Amino acid sequence: MINVFTQHWQELLVGFGNTLLCSVIALFFSLIIGSTFAIFEVLPYKLLHIIGRIYIEVFRNIPLLVIGMFFYIVVPQFIVTLDGFTAGTIGLTLYTSSFIAETVRAGIQAVDDGQMEGARANGLTFMQAMWHIILPQAFRYVIPPLGNQFINLVKNSSVLAFVAGFDLMYQGDTIASTTFDTFNTYIVVGILYLIITLPLSYYMRYLEKKLA
Amino acid sequence: MIALKEEKEMAMIEFKNVQKYYDKFHALNNINLKVDKGEVVVVVGPSGSGKSTLIRTINGLEDFTEGQLLVNGYDLADKKTDLNQIRKDVGMVFQHFNLYDNKTVLENIMLAPKLVLKRDPKENEEMAMRLLKTVGVADKAGSYPRQLSGGQKQRVAIARSLAMKPKALLFDEPTSALDPEMIDDVLNVMKKIAKEGMTMVVVTHEMGFAREVADRVIFIDNGQILEDEKADIFFKAPKEKRAQQFLSKIIKH
Repeated sequence: MINVFTQHWQELLVGFGNTLLCSVIALFFSLIIGSTFAIFEVLPYKLLHIIGRIYIEVFRNIPLLVIGMFFYIVVPQFIVTLDGFTAGTIGLTLYTSSFIAETVRAGIQAVDDGQMEGARANGLTFMQAMWHIILPQAFRYVIPPLGNQFINLVKNSSVLAFVAGFDLMYQGDTIASTTFDTFNTYIVVGILYLIITLPLSYYMRYLEKKLA
Repeated sequence: MIALKEEKEMAMIEFKNVQKYYDKFHALNNINLKVDKGEVVVVVGPSGSGKSTLIRTINGLEDFTEGQLLVNGYDLADKKTDLNQIRKDVGMVFQHFNLYDNKTVLENIMLAPKLVLKRDPKENEEMAMRLLKTVGVADKAGSYPRQLSGGQKQRVAIARSLAMKPKALLFDEPTSALDPEMIDDVLNVMKKIAKEGMTMVVVTHEMGFAREVADRVIFIDNGQILEDEKADIFFKAPKEKRAQQFLSKIIKH
């Protein structure tokens, strides 16, 4: 195990860095996109409602691998060239954002109607009420399920391995197939994933306690 | 619109033949009601009579099907009317307070003046503290709503409405969710505001308050205004039979 690490630390570090980068980018954008579609779903405009619904159902119900492959193979053929990392990260963002949208929508709907009513009667616009009153409370409700989404996101970033995204899983595969030391390699890769996901998991739990 | 606003003798709130249906249910039946500047009007009636619906149409929380409603010169039947313009000038106090749970008491009061009126932060805080003193909750400025009693919450809610420097205040059963010993604290604050000349529409079952403060009492049943009387006359000799029955039931307690 130590051998794998000492001999291949450069490749592993590249993979670790790419996995971390992909996760951070996907987390940031899926949170924004997901929250936007969640708001679409609670707005009184039917068209936005339908758009939100279609978006969520499409990306939530197609395997991540299919979405990733689409951006890696199909999109470059017809629209714009994307490297594996970009294609995989876009796929992961869209996929995760559909789950986050559902989670955040449930959070928004869990906030008492009186909060919005009080804010509107107080003179705030819908968006001001959403931003200052409803969303902060909604996020407090959904920190536990959101934490699960974030951890899933980090693990799902291994889809990059299939689109040559040079992430941790991809680098691990390469090392394993050249050294044939599959056992130790995948254990090291697993440990490196834990280094990202465990602190994340504890941080979410800490947030949950702090904001409760 | 501007011409209307500048008219001197204009009523603060004026319903003209307002109708509201929820599907087949006739929630507001031909409402005609005028509330002048500085007037305190108390709305009473049995539960389900349309009191809340009536008061909630005034700031556009409920819409209506037909008729005309002018509030502070704005026409609520006109789809182009910006409801936020009305809400800036017409505050509302709710039965269940509706304080912002994620904000402290002070933040609750300062938020709308900051966002809507762009009030200078220092001035905003000074005014908020002054209002909290007026309603007797200054020591709770840094607390969250969940740490307050119902009576304190309602007084903070009143301060929050006052911070917008409203031209009128709507109260929708402000004491109905309170423990009995808290009610007077809230009513006293409301009396103080009334004496300072605020235009008020109050839905309440507190007949003592109505008798003492109201200029007029509106009795409403089945979505219809059955009486619109000066307070002393209403309490001495209500004309309508349903109003008599209602009063006898409520005053017994």
